[in-house]
Amino acid sequence: MPLKQCGEDSRVNELNQEDTHQAIERVARESYGRLVAYLSVRTHDLASAEDALSNALVSALNHWPQDGVPKNPEAWLFTAARHSLIDAIRHQRVILESEPTLKFLTEGSTETILSTHFPDERLKLLFVCAHPAIDPVMHTPLMLQTVLGLDAARIAQAFLIAPKTMGQRLFRAKIKIRSGGIPFEIPQQRDLPDRLDAVLEAIYAAFGLGWDDMAGVDQRGRDLAEEAVWLARVLLQLMPGEAEAQGLLALTLYCQARRPARRDASGRYVPLSEQNAEQWLVPLIEEAERHLAEAFRHGRIGRFQIEAAIQSAHAERVRTGRTDWAAIVLFYEQLVRVSPAVGTRAGYAAAAAEANGPEAGLAVLESIDPDAVSHYQPYWAVRAHLLQKLGKTAEASDAYDRAIGLSEDPAIREFLLQKRGQFS
Amino acid sequence: MQFALMIYHTPEEFDMRKNDYNHPHLGAWRAYYKALVEAKVYVGANALELPETGTTVRVTGGKRRVQDGPYADTKEQLAGFIILELPSVDAALEWAARCPGASIGAVEVRPLAPEAMRRGFTGE
Repeated sequence: MPLKQCGEDSRVNELNQEDTHQAIERVARESYGRLVAYLSVRTHDLASAEDALSNALVSALNHWPQDGVPKNPEAWLFTAARHSLIDAIRHQRVILESEPTLKFLTEGSTETILSTHFPDERLKLLFVCAHPAIDPVMHTPLMLQTVLGLDAARIAQAFLIAPKTMGQRLFRAKIKIRSGGIPFEIPQQRDLPDRLDAVLEAIYAAFGLGWDDMAGVDQRGRDLAEEAVWLARVLLQLMPGEAEAQGLLALTLYCQARRPARRDASGRYVPLSEQNAEQWLVPLIEEAERHLAEAFRHGRIGRFQIEAAIQSAHAERVRTGRTDWAAIVLFYEQLVRVSPAVGTRAGYAAAAAEANGPEAGLAVLESIDPDAVSHYQPYWAVRAHLLQKLGKTAEASDAYDRAIGLSEDPAIREFLLQKRGQFS
Repeated sequence: MQFALMIYHTPEEFDMRKNDYNHPHLGAWRAYYKALVEAKVYVGANALELPETGTTVRVTGGKRRVQDGPYADTKEQLAGFIILELPSVDAALEWAARCPGASIGAVEVRPLAPEAMRRGFTGE
């Protein structure tokens, strides 16, 4: 056997190390929420469960490159996390109080654990994160951290909050969960619809897209879109018969499918109506269609199914080459009835204008309370677009200025500046 | 509560300002200013001349020391500031993100000192 040169040898090692790192990342992604849920359902202590798990992941980074990735990596991580948690509790010197916890943690030998299939407790965790006693603005950040393991800095970026502040807010929320008697359980049938709405809303907020149209919208939290799809998948997997959970997954998939077409080669913003449908990701659209069809079969229509239906109508363009705006308007009329938020009505106005002319769209906009839209960029973008179509140059110019001034994304600002420039 | 948005420019952005007062980029600034006024959060603002026009003065041991150029020796330099009246730092960060300066250089958000302290400084 020829001797390997030193350089090659070290490269092989690096490669293995990279594989191991990838393996750890994969296991962490798939198991993080499951293990945090499993540990915290008994202890109600999210922060300690997360600390224990991150210690376990560090330990995996130290051991796996040498010893190889274990056969049951999740069980390995659980065992390591369990040891770390036991250590932490013993250090706290409040053993009496933590006795039941310690008992749970020390029960069962490693062998039995390694062969056990963990019950998936993530659904309880999702309901805890979106509990009504927790500030609604913290629902999504809590989910992202406890179920997906995102760190506070990353979450802070998406929500435009200083990282330290986000860390403190997450910390406070976890204290409230630990000490505030928030139950780690699936709500009873009576409360389920409301409680489930909060979970769906939180996942939707991670997706961060109100609607996307011809006029240009800032996409707050857009970099969390993939995480949101993941959360929607987890929720559906845990509640397979839930029509709205399935509707939400369909909605996120439709929007993800259009992602590659949202920017042109030079990074410029491309509005939905001008997107090249050939760039849309057909497999995602097909998956979304399957979910939406299945959701409809439950016969319990809701907000997320209607929103998905709107996106489905847009996706039709892949097959037919045209957009059925009349159908979209009908869906919006339904949607406004169940969810009359400003964003919905701005989307409705844009659709109405496409179907029945700019005056029809403006009439919808006029019905919105002006105070509700003073900071709302999409309203001004649609308004500008419609006024421009009607030849009301001065008013359109003002509305464009408002939309540009409220834009956060330079690509969208550029797009609107260009549209505005056409007549200034 | 009042916040200062301090806008830091890169050398490239200063260069652009040097050459062209009608650069399309300025349209974004005008629109931003308009949005601040319409949203009734605007208190005041001003733009500064280029950093190389600055002169820095120190008095140490009774001796004047005058230095050519800006105080901070950094790549990004203070280019202007905006004062806003807002309910919270969250709202201030929202407006900072919308500031055209945030997508090229950087915008620092800092609360103004409490009014009592400001009065201590001014004696008013």
